[in-house]
Amino acid sequence: MSSLFAVALTTFLASAVEAIEMVAIVAGVGATRGWRAALAGTAAGFAVLAVVVAVFGLALTAIPIGPLRLVVGFLLLVFGLTWLRKGIRRVAANGLRGSTMHGPDTDEDVPRDRPDWTGFVLCFKGVLLEGLEVAFIVVTFGGTSSLLGPAAVAGVAAVVVVGALGVAIQPAVRRIPRSVLQLVVGLLLTTFGTFWAVEGIGGEWPGGDASIVALLVLYTAVSAAYLTVERGALRAPASSEPARS
Amino acid sequence: MLSAIAGFGRFWYRFIVGDDWTIAVTVVVAVALSYVLLRAGVPAWWLVPVAVIAILGISLRRARSTS
Repeated sequence: MSSLFAVALTTFLASAVEAIEMVAIVAGVGATRGWRAALAGTAAGFAVLAVVVAVFGLALTAIPIGPLRLVVGFLLLVFGLTWLRKGIRRVAANGLRGSTMHGPDTDEDVPRDRPDWTGFVLCFKGVLLEGLEVAFIVVTFGGTSSLLGPAAVAGVAAVVVVGALGVAIQPAVRRIPRSVLQLVVGLLLTTFGTFWAVEGIGGEWPGGDASIVALLVLYTAVSAAYLTVERGALRAPASSEPARS
Repeated sequence: MLSAIAGFGRFWYRFIVGDDWTIAVTVVVAVALSYVLLRAGVPAWWLVPVAVIAILGISLRRARSTS
């Protein structure tokens, strides 16, 4: 009984960490680029994940996760840096005010008359990669202890609970100005992208998954410094203009 | 046929690279260098964050000067 509880709890907590990364990406993309593409990408990611799990079953651990992490990390880094740069420039120009997600404007990068493939692919890859990692955790903990059923229930429960929490905080997220959200999502994507890209080539982070938090803190501090520089640059031309009588 | 291929290529370029190609190139170079260092037995986890911080500043500066 105690081993069942230990396996279930360990699987739940480990899966919850992966699920938080998954929900952060989906929630961020949905809030900044629109929910249609984000939810479509999420659904497609779960569908492919279900097929992969059904086909491979316990042989899941044979799938090379490294190349997948490298590709996903590269894409998240490139998208994240682009969003981060735009977010910093917009917050520098508009401050923390600006339109919220209830406003009529949309990001100029988001196509209005065709599918938003960027949002779709970001969520698809995020869900597929993190979902695979949850599946690996379930197979690893459940398989080695011969408690695959409880481990699978714990893994799914972690995704459901974290997903529900993500849905619950959406009303609060929607009140945040778009430019700030873009900056925050850029920070998250850049952080996860850095982490996965290095893990994808076989690199090891000091502190393991905890380095995600360290990276986020580092990039937040650097972005705050760049934001100060941008604000200074925006004020400089105005203050250097000669006074007119 | 050629225009369709060119259009397909443009879509993927815009989709992946975006409006500042130096970001994608920097990421590729940083990851490749990290891989080389790792193969040589040198811890290289710090290289990508350093490259990210540098290219973000450079890209911001370029965007400021062109706007």
